[in-house]
Amino acid sequence: MKSKAISFPYVGWMGLFVIAPILIITVYAFTSATGGFTLANFQDMAQYASAFGRSFLLAAVATVVCVLIGYPMAYYLARETGWLHRMATMLIMLPMWMNFLLRTYSWKFLLERNGLINAFFDLFGLGPFQMIDTQGAIVLGMIYNFLPYMVLPIFSVIEKIDPKVIEAAQDLGANSVTVFRRVIFPLSLPGVLSGITMVFIPSVSTFAISRLLGGSKTLLLGNLIDMQFLGGAYNPHLGSAISLVMMVIVMVCMALMNHFGDGEQGVTL
Amino acid sequence: MKKNGILSRLFMALCFLFLYAPILVLVVFSFNASKSKAVWAGFSLKWYAELFQNEMILNALWLTLAVSALAAIISTVLGTAAAIGFRNMKHRSRSVCMTINNIPLTNADIITGVSMMLLFLFGISAVNGLFGFKWRMGFATLLIAHITFDVPNVILSVMPKLRQLDPNIYEAAQDLGDHGFHAFRKVILPEIMPGVVNGLIIAFTLSIDDFVISYFTAGSQTQTLSMVIYSMAKKRVSPEINALSTLMFVAVVALMVLVNLRQTRQERLAKRQREKLTAQ
Amino acid sequence: MSKELIRLSDCVMKYDDEVILDHLNLYINDKEFLTLLGPSGCGKTTTLRIIGGFQTPTSGDVFFDGKRINNVPPHKRKINTVFQKYALFTHMNIFENVAFGLRIQKRPEAEIVRRVEEALELVNLPGYGKRSVTSLSGGQQQRVAIARAIVNRPQVLLLDEPLGALDLKLRKDMQVELKNIQREVGITFIYVTHDQEEALTMSDTVVVMDKGNIQQIGTPIDIYNEPKNAFVADFIGESNIIDGVMVEDKVVKLYGKKFPCLDTGFAPNEPVDVVIRPEDIDIVPVEQGQLTGTVTEVIFKGMHYDIIVDFQGFKWLIQTTDFSPEGAKIGVKIDPDGFHVMKKSTYSGKFGDYSSYSSEYDELSEASDEEGEEDEE
Repeated sequence: MKSKAISFPYVGWMGLFVIAPILIITVYAFTSATGGFTLANFQDMAQYASAFGRSFLLAAVATVVCVLIGYPMAYYLARETGWLHRMATMLIMLPMWMNFLLRTYSWKFLLERNGLINAFFDLFGLGPFQMIDTQGAIVLGMIYNFLPYMVLPIFSVIEKIDPKVIEAAQDLGANSVTVFRRVIFPLSLPGVLSGITMVFIPSVSTFAISRLLGGSKTLLLGNLIDMQFLGGAYNPHLGSAISLVMMVIVMVCMALMNHFGDGEQGVTL
Repeated sequence: MKKNGILSRLFMALCFLFLYAPILVLVVFSFNASKSKAVWAGFSLKWYAELFQNEMILNALWLTLAVSALAAIISTVLGTAAAIGFRNMKHRSRSVCMTINNIPLTNADIITGVSMMLLFLFGISAVNGLFGFKWRMGFATLLIAHITFDVPNVILSVMPKLRQLDPNIYEAAQDLGDHGFHAFRKVILPEIMPGVVNGLIIAFTLSIDDFVISYFTAGSQTQTLSMVIYSMAKKRVSPEINALSTLMFVAVVALMVLVNLRQTRQERLAKRQREKLTAQ
Repeated sequence: MSKELIRLSDCVMKYDDEVILDHLNLYINDKEFLTLLGPSGCGKTTTLRIIGGFQTPTSGDVFFDGKRINNVPPHKRKINTVFQKYALFTHMNIFENVAFGLRIQKRPEAEIVRRVEEALELVNLPGYGKRSVTSLSGGQQQRVAIARAIVNRPQVLLLDEPLGALDLKLRKDMQVELKNIQREVGITFIYVTHDQEEALTMSDTVVVMDKGNIQQIGTPIDIYNEPKNAFVADFIGESNIIDGVMVEDKVVKLYGKKFPCLDTGFAPNEPVDVVIRPEDIDIVPVEQGQLTGTVTEVIFKGMHYDIIVDFQGFKWLIQTTDFSPEGAKIGVKIDPDGFHVMKKSTYSGKFGDYSSYSSEYDELSEASDEEGEEDEE
């Protein structure tokens, strides 16, 4: 018990299956199929600039919408007092327990040309609208799948705010708007930040959502990587380079955001 | 805080509608007699019957359950041991370990998936070349990948319990003449058990639910349920999937209700014991 | 003292069917240090929260400076609160915590800086502004909470067991300091505590509460010397409470013996409760004693001994500097001003016997009090 030795099996495991894969992917990114050092993989990526742009844009839109929907939802849920409050976590998590692909598939089912939503519009003589195989459908799929990841951390942070702290702010003259702006929101910011991370990363790297809801036309980074490893365009070196760049951009984004988040706390408060 | 008004209640209702309606639609249409995605043609269990005729789905289901159960058990043991070991490390090496441990959690699944795939391809071809084996990716690589992303979650679940642990408790056991693994089993393990069980459940559900990492590490012959669903959903939309969704959702709801009932029963029991104690 | 500032008129507070406050009437004068004292669940915190505006009484009125304020929200009252566990804003540094109220009033920056510094100086934390809340000790956090409230120059400061979380030594220092702060800023302090010593040390007026009712209002000296009923006598300090009969003015009968006392105004031969403080009893040789009893227990307390003496089956607590061994027969003598005679009340017979006395008893009851306090919220 006093020894740290019992963690050594896992330390070895991490070395083999966490560190080594990242090293290998880095090596692959900087080598050609024949094994020599090259930067060609990164140069080749230029042709996929639009996929990079599209991926980050769609993921950003989905993340923003998730904040806009998820924050008030978490806030109101935290303010509830009865059964809804007690059941909140479970109610948010339950849809997440359904297989991720099935959840995505349900939207394919709904959005299709002869699907339920178009049938509904048809009642009013509208449509049919082209909803499936659009970028909008991809964003919808992201929001639907990842909204719980936004609500849960915000909810649990707001819930933990000591009611006495809110009373203290009221006591010092803050009305409900000020209480929210100066106390509740700043205190819930860590939840928002972790929500953003948890929505943005899977959104930017998804390939299943775009494949199922976006048709074959809209190419995202995930699809690009998929194609290089398991698809027709087999080229793991290029795929590694794309993965590496995506990983670095995401890491920089998250670091910036966390820094900015902390900085904001220090400056305005 | 003020109570919620009508508008905020309405907003919450809409949010939950958004989260649940698609699932409900799948459930309802799984009982639809026709293939239509919009028209109700009468109640039927036809798609359930067809689902259970589908070899591929059933095989995938067993494989998924097997890999998830194995991965969950192995990672619970590995992760609990690791968490305890990390606690005993010096601050510096502990934070290094925790940072590495967090990589699979923060990295995009696809990157974890493809990087492990490269490692497996590289490793297998090296071994095959050296020993003349004919290994390829399959159940073993899938299991390794699952354990790799399960363990960090187990550690995250066990760590807080270890932190809450009274630092003197192990010494107290030693003081009373107990030591080694026995003291661990009798003293530490019961204290951190809720975290360990929680870790096991999380690991199992993550494994069941995983698609992306399995997709890249299972090879071409092995298919988990998620992978079957993906290949089915990609092509034509088959109502069998509706039936499958319904069954999986019902299973999950049943599991959650069970866990909840058990929890409330335990809480009630604990409360009663407390009351008894205070009454004395 | 000075003019009346706050009045609670016939306040009732109920949760479901549980009565927390039972037709409470209370007025509080400007610039006084008033303490609401009582065991957990007595309604003292609820009374404070009604004054602060965090709860509205089920019925009855709250007046502030003559105006009814039942429906005035907390942020519009000229009242500030120091919370039990401080409720500091952990996302702000100390300066911003203290400046919070001033920023909401949109004061000019220069004024904010000046007033925050003054407030921090008042609570003995000059120059601490830049530090984070979490880096402070409990006592320091408490001072920040006081500064944060006082900086707004409220007319009334409410303090909800503010010293409860501090250790004994710090608590004593803070008691003196709080009293000094109150004198310096010259505003009304309404203080809630279950600690009778705290109440007696600091207050101008003590309000003893139990079960949603006020048991007695008075100065600390009045409350201690002239408890109105057995509950107050027992709750404030140690007391032996004995059944007696008021034979006539200035004569009380205990154990069939008549004693001279100072109390008047009872009906002839009215049954009464008689309080005798442990320190008012002198031990004398048996032959000189007004009463004689047997020592059953002696506990060394440092400055004095606690002696439990059996008088015909009823056990008294006597505090004395003279040692008497266990089993000794002793006589006691009580001066006329040592008797405090009270009318019979619902509390008669419930307190005052020291049969089950143990020196640990105080600590136990205090600990359970604090637990109970949390439930009350």
